[in-house]
Amino acid sequence: MNVAAEAITARPATPPAAGSETIVHAQGLTKRYKNAVALDGANFEVGPGRIVGLIGPNGAGKTTALKAILGLTDFEGDLKVLGMDPRRERPQLMREVCFIADVATLPRWIRVQEAIDFVAGVHPRFDRAKCERFLARTKLTANQKVREMSKGMIVQLHLAIVMAIDARLLVLDEPTLGLDILYRKQFYQSLLEDYFDENKTILITTHQVEEVEHILTDLLFIRDGKIALSTTMEEMGARFAEVLVNADQIEAARALKPIDERAAVFGKSIFMYDSADPERLAKLGEVKRPSVSDLFVATMKGTYA
Amino acid sequence: MNAIVKAPFAWLLKREYWESRRGFLWTQICTASVLVAISILGIIAFEAFRLRNNIQIGVGMHGNLSDLLSNGMQHNTAGIVPALDGLMLTFGVFAAIVLFFVIFFYLLGALYDDRRDRSILFWKSLPVSDTATVISKVIAAIIIAPLISVGVVLAGYVVLQIVASIWFIGHGLNPLTLLWAHAQPFSVWLHLLAMVPVNAVWALPTVGWLLVWSAAVRSKPFLWAVVIPIIAGVLNFWIGLLGLPHADEQFFWGNIVGRALLSVIPAGWIAPNMPYLSSHGVDFVGQDQLAAISYSSMAHAFTLPDMWIGAAVGIALIAAAIWFRRWRDEA
Repeated sequence: MNVAAEAITARPATPPAAGSETIVHAQGLTKRYKNAVALDGANFEVGPGRIVGLIGPNGAGKTTALKAILGLTDFEGDLKVLGMDPRRERPQLMREVCFIADVATLPRWIRVQEAIDFVAGVHPRFDRAKCERFLARTKLTANQKVREMSKGMIVQLHLAIVMAIDARLLVLDEPTLGLDILYRKQFYQSLLEDYFDENKTILITTHQVEEVEHILTDLLFIRDGKIALSTTMEEMGARFAEVLVNADQIEAARALKPIDERAAVFGKSIFMYDSADPERLAKLGEVKRPSVSDLFVATMKGTYA
Repeated sequence: MNAIVKAPFAWLLKREYWESRRGFLWTQICTASVLVAISILGIIAFEAFRLRNNIQIGVGMHGNLSDLLSNGMQHNTAGIVPALDGLMLTFGVFAAIVLFFVIFFYLLGALYDDRRDRSILFWKSLPVSDTATVISKVIAAIIIAPLISVGVVLAGYVVLQIVASIWFIGHGLNPLTLLWAHAQPFSVWLHLLAMVPVNAVWALPTVGWLLVWSAAVRSKPFLWAVVIPIIAGVLNFWIGLLGLPHADEQFFWGNIVGRALLSVIPAGWIAPNMPYLSSHGVDFVGQDQLAAISYSSMAHAFTLPDMWIGAAVGIALIAAAIWFRRWRDEA
């Protein structure tokens, strides 16, 4: 199955639409730690107005890639974020880039009012009135300290601050980790309804692929420090297909070189294909578009072997 | 004014104050309050003692205590001024001791606490340079915290004088002439205020040393910052025992270990300033208790090589702390 994964890798990344400015451009992005290579010549592009899922198993280099983009770590290779070098131009870059790195990174001593005052004081693109509108929908009060809040409330505060900043790139690193389902749904709902538009770009890493699947416009699979798959959701639908095959058709299905095969109920099997002829697939059984998580599993097979 | 307050750097200082309000302000208020409370207890005890023993007996022909106090003070106003000076100095000394501990631990945590609880990721998500962040912490430690402490000293002194005034009025004495007419204690306070910049420059090596460890280590900045200089001092002593070339003991402990750890003690520059003071005939035991913090003494402190070598080393260490803050990568 590794062969299949390699075959997927060989596809070139989607070029950004003509005339639009690239938000993130990475070429040969490499980061070596003392004992390990976190990023191994990763190439990818993120265009404007996209919601990109950066998805990979633990240790694949997701967080390192985000850190490089945010100027939090040194790296080798070529990386431009909004045309800037995140290593040298971090303070300027952070005027246009926001990030939420998992929950509960707000300082525990700060009060709601202090957090708003501070961000309003140092951030030229922060809209205080907007932030207060968002907070009015929550149960948070101006004098409340972060240490007195639940995880969900902390995220509400953080999100209200971030959504009131007119940034061009929002980076989310496991933003809903440890949240209960109500807050998780609300989190992405708010982002879509009150924040995202064609001038903004969101880059998300998460383990909970199912949760973001329906909001993503682009996928970046990362494995062993390299980009294993780069595709838009439309392309993915056109390119990958899943077929539910009866036991008697299994050999015919295997002949079409599936990239993944797994057992289903009643002796049936599910086969996944990359760029197969749709008519021939239709003869095998019911064809549908694979879910991101199934595609992910197919792509990452052998990672933990 | 508005432009200054709105400038991002002022917000960085406010941020430091919000986070360390308890250390910067409330410990000072507690200290001053304890001093005032002890004084009030003293007054009450004195009054109780006086009433119980019907003190008029002891006063003899002069009548009651009020007369005694009044006569004594009016005949001996020369004695009351040093007493009030001493009172202001007492407030100042206690504030300085507290300030040392507050600043020391503030600096150790300044670039460490937010790494430990990961809130550094929030601070780093804002368009503030690491240089500005570190410098705001330096200013908070050597300017903001000392100014607050000096402010609280003045407030504590004034409160105590008000209490004393009420006591005096109770005895039919005039506090205006006896207490408030003496401007001298307030001039002592101005010396405390004027020392803030002198102390600030003197503190730089310790500020830099503590910030480096605060920014660099993965855990236990206190141990690293304190144990390393002490081990270095002991090693130096041991090398000396072996008869090998080593740094002069007194020099090493005083100028290396001491300056690395204890320069944030307010008025620490008085010790190397001593030869100058002695050469000007200052007698610390007698009338000149304030000479060590005279303006000329402060001015002379700026001519000490100790001051400038320490400041240069301190600034280099602060630069190192900024580098660690920028590139330290918690994997």
